Amino acid sequence: MKRIENHPILTFKRGKKIKFYFEGKEMWGYEGDTIASALVANGVKVFRESLKLHRPRGFYCAIGNCSSCLMTVDGVPNVRTCITPLKEGMRVERIKGKGALHYEN
Amino acid sequence: MKTDVLVIGGGPAGMNAAIEAARAGASVTLVERQAHLGGQLVKQTHKFFGWAEKGAGTRGIQLAEEWSKAVEEHENITVMLSSEAIGLYDDGAWMIEKEGKLIPIYPKKVVIAVGAQEKTLPIENADIPGVYGAGAIQTMMHVYGVLPGEKYLIVGAGNIGVILAYQLAQAGAEVKAVVDVLPKLGGAYWVHVTKIRRMGIPLYMKHTVIEIKGTKWVEGATIAEIDEKFQPIPGTEKELDVDTIAISIGLSPLTDLMYQAGVELIWIPELGGLVPVHSENMRTNKPEIYVAGDASGIEEATTAALEGKIAGAVAAKDLGFDVNDEAIEEWKKELSQLRDAPLLERLRQGLHKLHEAAKERGLQ
Repeated sequence: MKRIENHPILTFKRGKKIKFYFEGKEMWGYEGDTIASALVANGVKVFRESLKLHRPRGFYCAIGNCSSCLMTVDGVPNVRTCITPLKEGMRVERIKGKGALHYEN
Repeated sequence: MKTDVLVIGGGPAGMNAAIEAARAGASVTLVERQAHLGGQLVKQTHKFFGWAEKGAGTRGIQLAEEWSKAVEEHENITVMLSSEAIGLYDDGAWMIEKEGKLIPIYPKKVVIAVGAQEKTLPIENADIPGVYGAGAIQTMMHVYGVLPGEKYLIVGAGNIGVILAYQLAQAGAEVKAVVDVLPKLGGAYWVHVTKIRRMGIPLYMKHTVIEIKGTKWVEGATIAEIDEKFQPIPGTEKELDVDTIAISIGLSPLTDLMYQAGVELIWIPELGGLVPVHSENMRTNKPEIYVAGDASGIEEATTAALEGKIAGAVAAKDLGFDVNDEAIEEWKKELSQLRDAPLLERLRQGLHKLHEAAKERGLQ
């Protein structure tokens, strides 16, 4: 898992560095990243677990179709991290179960 | 919010539908789920074939830029990004979710050009991290500049699988093998196949993956040769030291919205599974709904763009706008020329079934 630095066809125009937190741990991405691409670049493979058998899940489609990459972002559960742009200070966590809304509090 | 034509999906089909409908004078709203236009073209670094006069030899990423610019510059088109069409209500409202807000749109016509999804591999352990859609790996690599692994096995040697193999090599990754259950190559263009051969990437035909190793994530794979009944032949197993497995065994159209809106779907495996019955003018059984691109049957970007043009122009025409019929006929001709390539026999069988179904139902 790494950032591609040299590519024969593409030049990656990376924006400014963005600090975010995964499970409380400080990580860095770039402006232009999605949450998922920043996690992958930081070596994160397991994004969530399956509902019944608690099997590990990573991303699968990376274009917002498959629900494999749903996570809790800034307290909001079931965010499709593969199509959600990374923002400064975001708190990204693995969902346990179906996620809770905490409307009552 | 009112609009003449609502186009759902900002890929090659949707962008071109929007451009043509707007050119005819219709007001167009284009909604796109991602934060940018272009659909899957934004990850296609390779040059496109066919369509010699327009776009052959052009990389997908360049086409995405050109068409996005044309969409954004057109005064009749309103673009809504990070916006997802989530359903149709009985009063004709199409509900759009944009960054947590719900926005109902009342269109006169709708072009559904939402694309496709990658199929998954039905074997044990194919759900763990490290097993990714081939297109998903292209997205990570080419849009975000991130490699999700170092050592790859690619399952499926169709066009996407073979292209992915050399794109991974270009990005500095190691491709241990490309496997396919077929005895000989079907869908992959030879120019791409020769590229991976030159790069020394092993291509195993009549092979499949029989075991994915790892508990938390992929830690290896076993491939084996298969017999005529697609059963692994004992003694032919090969262990591969890989951390990532790319699945490129096909796509299926995204039909959820069509289904909800009452568009008739039929099962045509050659076109990716469930597809909307539609005429060559891209009309469906619902007079207000048109379809285009992979969502209407799996092909590729150039045909998607042409279908989009037809759908957009016909939708505008059906609203009474002045549309150049000759242009529509010209696009249909280009489509049939593109579909005439020798390796597209299976596609033509699928399209034949589709056209028969459309004819039976009297769709114009």
